Amino acid sequence: QHTLEGNRDHTAVIHICLSIYLDRYFQTLYSSLTVVVLVHLSSDVDVIDCSVPQYNNRLDTPLPDVPFVRNLSAEQKKLKEKEKGSWTQLTKEEKLALYRLTHELSYAEMRQGSKEWMTVLGGIFIFLGFTGLLVWWQRVYVYGDVPHTLSEESVAQQTQRMIDMRVNPVHGFSHKWDYEKKQWK
Amino acid sequence: MFRAALRLSVSGARSLTRSRPQYTASVAARSYSHGKQETDEEFDARWVTYFNKPDIDAWELRKGMNTLIGYDLVPEPKILEAALRACRRLNDLASAIRILEAVKDKSGPHKEIYPYVLQELQPTLNELGIPTPEELGINKA
Repeated sequence: QHTLEGNRDHTAVIHICLSIYLDRYFQTLYSSLTVVVLVHLSSDVDVIDCSVPQYNNRLDTPLPDVPFVRNLSAEQKKLKEKEKGSWTQLTKEEKLALYRLTHELSYAEMRQGSKEWMTVLGGIFIFLGFTGLLVWWQRVYVYGDVPHTLSEESVAQQTQRMIDMRVNPVHGFSHKWDYEKKQWK
Repeated sequence: MFRAALRLSVSGARSLTRSRPQYTASVAARSYSHGKQETDEEFDARWVTYFNKPDIDAWELRKGMNTLIGYDLVPEPKILEAALRACRRLNDLASAIRILEAVKDKSGPHKEIYPYVLQELQPTLNELGIPTPEELGINKA
């Protein structure tokens, strides 16, 4: 028992030493890690900042909160300067360029829709067809035989019995059987 | 107690049918069951004044235009003219073209509204040098 306690003391000391060492190690590591992580974030992912107004294409909002192109090149900045003068001086291409700087899609482009529905419908049919094949295979290879009462002979016996019993004699089954001539009416 | 309540409710119903309000041909966005109805002219005048503010800022232009398009009506050419002039004061050609697009979109199935509006605005468009969406080719996707 004396040795066990001694061992416990040793392990406790070792633990303390390790924790101090690791703590110091992680302190330095953490500071360098954070720098690495920050650099990584800013260069990699294109994150939308939802706390500021965003551009949007909406039919019911003709003038969005911000222009589509925020960071103008030198050429675009020159065009913006020219916009401050008389618009009759601008060429048609310049006017179109100014429109496209502020708006991503025109109303016609917003309304146009796509042919995606054809792809969707085609995909649905493909999968339905595949499912049909699976169901067919299942019918052939998994299901057992049908009951013998569905055989032609059995059905004939059944039908005869129904006629003898006068099933639905007024408007239904037996009404359609001619009892004199012993045949269907 | 219930009989009294019934009597009250019956008389209330009768007075409702008797005093049904006569609606004027107003295109205003709100219809109150009481209170004065804003006439079309008052509505137009209010909006023209809004856009005619000399030092209107970009936010006010956007807010005004987006609100106006939200109403169940196509704005009168005089309101649009004031809005286009406001765009000119703010040096914003793109918004001016966008306003014309929005008017066409707003008229929906009534195809005769947009040509009429363009016809009324033609002097202003020529004066300010604002192209129509058709001239720029953005009326087709």
